[in-house]
Amino acid sequence: MSFAPLRLQSNQYQTIIDHCLDGFPCEACGLLVGSVDKHYEPTGEIDSVHPCRNADESTRTYTVDSRDLLQVTRQADENNLQIVSVWHSHTHTEAYPSETDVRQALDPSWIYVLVSLRNPQPEVRAYRIKTGQITEIDVIVSPE
Amino acid sequence: MAVEVKIPTVMRASADGQASVDGNGLTVREIFSDLVNRYPGLKANLLDQEGNLHKFVNVYRDDDDIRYLEGLDTSVSEGAVVSILPAVAGG
Repeated sequence: MSFAPLRLQSNQYQTIIDHCLDGFPCEACGLLVGSVDKHYEPTGEIDSVHPCRNADESTRTYTVDSRDLLQVTRQADENNLQIVSVWHSHTHTEAYPSETDVRQALDPSWIYVLVSLRNPQPEVRAYRIKTGQITEIDVIVSPE
Repeated sequence: MAVEVKIPTVMRASADGQASVDGNGLTVREIFSDLVNRYPGLKANLLDQEGNLHKFVNVYRDDDDIRYLEGLDTSVSEGAVVSILPAVAGG
């Protein structure tokens, strides 16, 4: 099965990077809201980017603060959209899902975005995780 | 007494695809009991084997996390919105 690529506008992309850098040395996290198709699969088009608090305040794990999750869920509902993706940073490792990420992957229809900060230039990659199977998808960044 | 229960996308398949359903009960516990009677597939998502709230699920009564109220015994008034929010986490 082929998955739609993740399409971000450059300002959305930058918001993700900035939030990850601001959160350093802790992992940072956030949510992406977008549309889904008739099969409830993300179209890959992102309507809005929502930096969230990491309730764990940890360098190794993240949990999206449930108050932020509630707020983003409400906003998505009001706009007839859905949360389609979560992003988080890996501060010292590659932009690839960890065992914990795979084990705790909540929703097989979500796009899981990893931002590695181990090099001076942050690296952003995106994946789908279904029944433990990791599939990388393209990230396409377009001008605003 | 009717309240609105918001179902997260990952649990909607267990609730006939609905984003929200009517809930009946005076507490979250009663509402969930009614809910899992109608949608048995939700039970494993909401409650552990002892009948406690699953540790990876957050439940809000309007703007308040029920863990900081009375847990499953938190009272719910007519017109309230109960939101079920699975933990979004990783490492």
